[in-house]
Amino acid sequence: MKIHEYQAKEIFVAYGIPVPRERVASKPAEAAALARELGMQVVIKAQVLVGGRGKAGGVKKVESPDQVEAVAGSILGMDIKGLKVNKVLVSECVDIKGETYVGIIVDRATRAPVLMASSAGGVEIEEVARTTPEKILKVPIDPAAGLLGFQARNVGMALYGDAKLARAFAGIAQKLYRIFVEKDCSLIEINPLVKLGDGSLLALDAKINFDDNADFRHKEWEEMRDLSAEEPTEVEAKAAGLTYIKLSGNVGCVVNGAGLAMATMDLIKRYGGEPANFLDVGGSSSPEKMVTAMRIILSDPNVKAILINIFGGITRCDDIATGLLQAQKQADIKVPLIARLTGTNAEKAREILKGSAVTPADTMADAVKKAVALAGGAK
Amino acid sequence: MSILVDKNTRLIVQGITGRDGAFHAKAMKEYGTQVVGGVTPGKGGQFVEGLPVFDSVEDAVKKTGANASIIFVPASFATDAMYECVASGLDLVVCISEGMPTMDMVKVLDYAKGTKTRILGPNCPGVISPGRAKVGIMPAASFKPGCVGVVSRSGTLTYEVASQTAEFGQSTVVGIGGDPVIGTNFIDCLKMFNADLETKAIVVVGEIGGTDEERAAEWVKANCRKPVLGFIAGQTAPPGKRMGHAGAIISGGSGTAPEKVKAFEAAGITVVYEPAEIGPKLKARL
Repeated sequence: MKIHEYQAKEIFVAYGIPVPRERVASKPAEAAALARELGMQVVIKAQVLVGGRGKAGGVKKVESPDQVEAVAGSILGMDIKGLKVNKVLVSECVDIKGETYVGIIVDRATRAPVLMASSAGGVEIEEVARTTPEKILKVPIDPAAGLLGFQARNVGMALYGDAKLARAFAGIAQKLYRIFVEKDCSLIEINPLVKLGDGSLLALDAKINFDDNADFRHKEWEEMRDLSAEEPTEVEAKAAGLTYIKLSGNVGCVVNGAGLAMATMDLIKRYGGEPANFLDVGGSSSPEKMVTAMRIILSDPNVKAILINIFGGITRCDDIATGLLQAQKQADIKVPLIARLTGTNAEKAREILKGSAVTPADTMADAVKKAVALAGGAK
Repeated sequence: MSILVDKNTRLIVQGITGRDGAFHAKAMKEYGTQVVGGVTPGKGGQFVEGLPVFDSVEDAVKKTGANASIIFVPASFATDAMYECVASGLDLVVCISEGMPTMDMVKVLDYAKGTKTRILGPNCPGVISPGRAKVGIMPAASFKPGCVGVVSRSGTLTYEVASQTAEFGQSTVVGIGGDPVIGTNFIDCLKMFNADLETKAIVVVGEIGGTDEERAAEWVKANCRKPVLGFIAGQTAPPGKRMGHAGAIISGGSGTAPEKVKAFEAAGITVVYEPAEIGPKLKARL
C-alpha cells in the first residue's frame, strides 16, 4: 500500500526527521491561506500516488504570494498518469545546496534489509541505478542488530566527506530504519535529502510503501488509504479475499494461484486471445468468493467469455462448481463459461456441473483454446 | 532416493485443530506420510484424526520423535510457530501459511541461520516425494514416483507442471513459495537434485520479479550435471505496479520474463513456453 508524501512526512515528523514547513490543502483558497500563514515563498506539490509528478507539471514554484491560489487551482484536479490530484502540499521554498538519495528496502537475494544511498539524488535515481549502479551505495542491515551507528556514519562520510554532515545523515538514516521496522514498510525513501545553506539536512520529499501482509497489526492503515487512487473493482476483490487486476482483453479468467493465473494469461495470449484480467481466487475458496469473482469480472463490459481454470489443492473444486452455479443463478450470465477443474474434489465438481451451461474442458490448453474461440476467435 | 522428505520423515502438524490443518493432516496420513501428531497451544491432550495434539513443539518432539513440521496457522501466528520449530531442532519446517510480513520472515530466517533447521516457504504448497511422503497440500493424484525433480515458486502451477511430467514420474516436487523472502530457494533445491541419484532431469518453474531465476541459471551453468527445463510464468503480465524506486534499484531493472528466459537459455536450460510442451521436451533431453 502506497501513502502520500504528506502522510509519510507526518510519520517523519513523529520520528524527528526534519521536513520543510508545509501543510496540505484540498482547495485553492485553502492553499492560499496556508501560504499566507507560512509567510514565505512556497512550492505547490501535487499529492498523487504515482512517480514522475514533477515532469507531469505537478510541482510548481510560486513566484509571488498572489499567485498561490491560481497555481494550486491549476494543479488540483490535474490528471497525472490516470490519477486525479485531490490534494496539494504547500511547502516552504528552501535554499538547496546539494541533493542525495537515501532509501531502505528488503533485498530478496540476501534476505536482509539494505540501506541505499547515492550522492546522485534527484528525479533521475532510477536512471542512475540502471546506467551507473556503482554510484549507489548499499549497506546490508543485520536484522537482529539493526542499522548500526558506524554503518550509517560511514555512508554519510562517503556521501558528504564531512564528519558533521555524516553524523546528521546517520541520525536520519537510523530513524528511517526505525520507521521501516516499526511501521512495516516495504519501501522507505527520501529523494532528495537536501543539504541547506546553513549546513543542515532536510527531507524534501518522502515516500513510504507499506507491506500489505502486515495490515493485521496496523489498523491505522485503513484510514490512510486513498481509495480514489485504486480501481474500485480491485478494492472490492481484495475485501472478498481475491486478487484482481483489470486488463484490456476480452477473455475473463478465474484461476487459483498467482502462478497458474499468470500462466493462464500467457496461454490465452499464445493462442491469439487477450486476457481481460488477472484473478486469483486464493486458497480455501468458498462458493461466495466465486460469486463475487464472477460479478467483478462481469462488471467489465469487454468480457466475452470467462475461463475458469482450477487446479485444486487447498481449493476444493466442488466449492468452485457450487459457486459458479450460484453466480449463474444470481446474475443471469450471458457470456459463455468454460471450466477446467482438476485436483481436490474434481469428481464432485463434475457431478455438480453436469447438465449446466458450463462448457467443460479437460486440460489447460483445451480450456484456453475453447475460451479464445468463444470470445470471438484469435486475432 | 529423493530430497527433503521420505519414509523417515516424522511429521507434526501445527494448527492441526483448524479446518485446513485437520483436512490436510488426514490427507497426508492417508498418503502414507508418517504423521505423528499435531500442535495447537492450549489444546494439548485432544486427538484429531486419531493423532495426539500437543501444547508445544518441544513437547511433541519429546513424545513422538518428530523431525519435521508443517504449519497451517494464520500469518500472525506463523512467525512464532517457525521460531518454535527452530528452537526445538527440527530438520525441516514447511510453512503453508500465506500473508507473512516480509520483515517477519527476514527475522525468522536470521534466527534459523547456522542451525540445522531448513525452512521451506512460506506461502508454498509444500513438498512431495511421490510414493514416500507428502508434506504439503498438493492433490496426491497429480504425482507419481519417478525421475524428474520439480522446483517451483508457484503453488497450483506446480501441480500443472508436475502432471505434465507424468510419463516419467517425479523424484521430489518442491514448491518454494512466491513471497519475496523465502527459506529455501531454487539453488538450494538444484544442489539437492543434482546430488540425488534418482533424479535424472530437473524442471524449474519461475515467475517474474526478483532475480532468483537468473542466479539459479548461473548455478546451473557452472555446476549442474543433469538436463534442466525452465518455465517462466508472467510473460504477458503488465509491469509491476508495486515497484517503487528502491525496488528498481535493488534489481537493477531486472525481473522481467524475457530477461529470465534469456538467462535460462544462456545456461543451457531448455525453455518451455506452455505446460503442454514439458512432456515432449523432457523426452528429448532424457
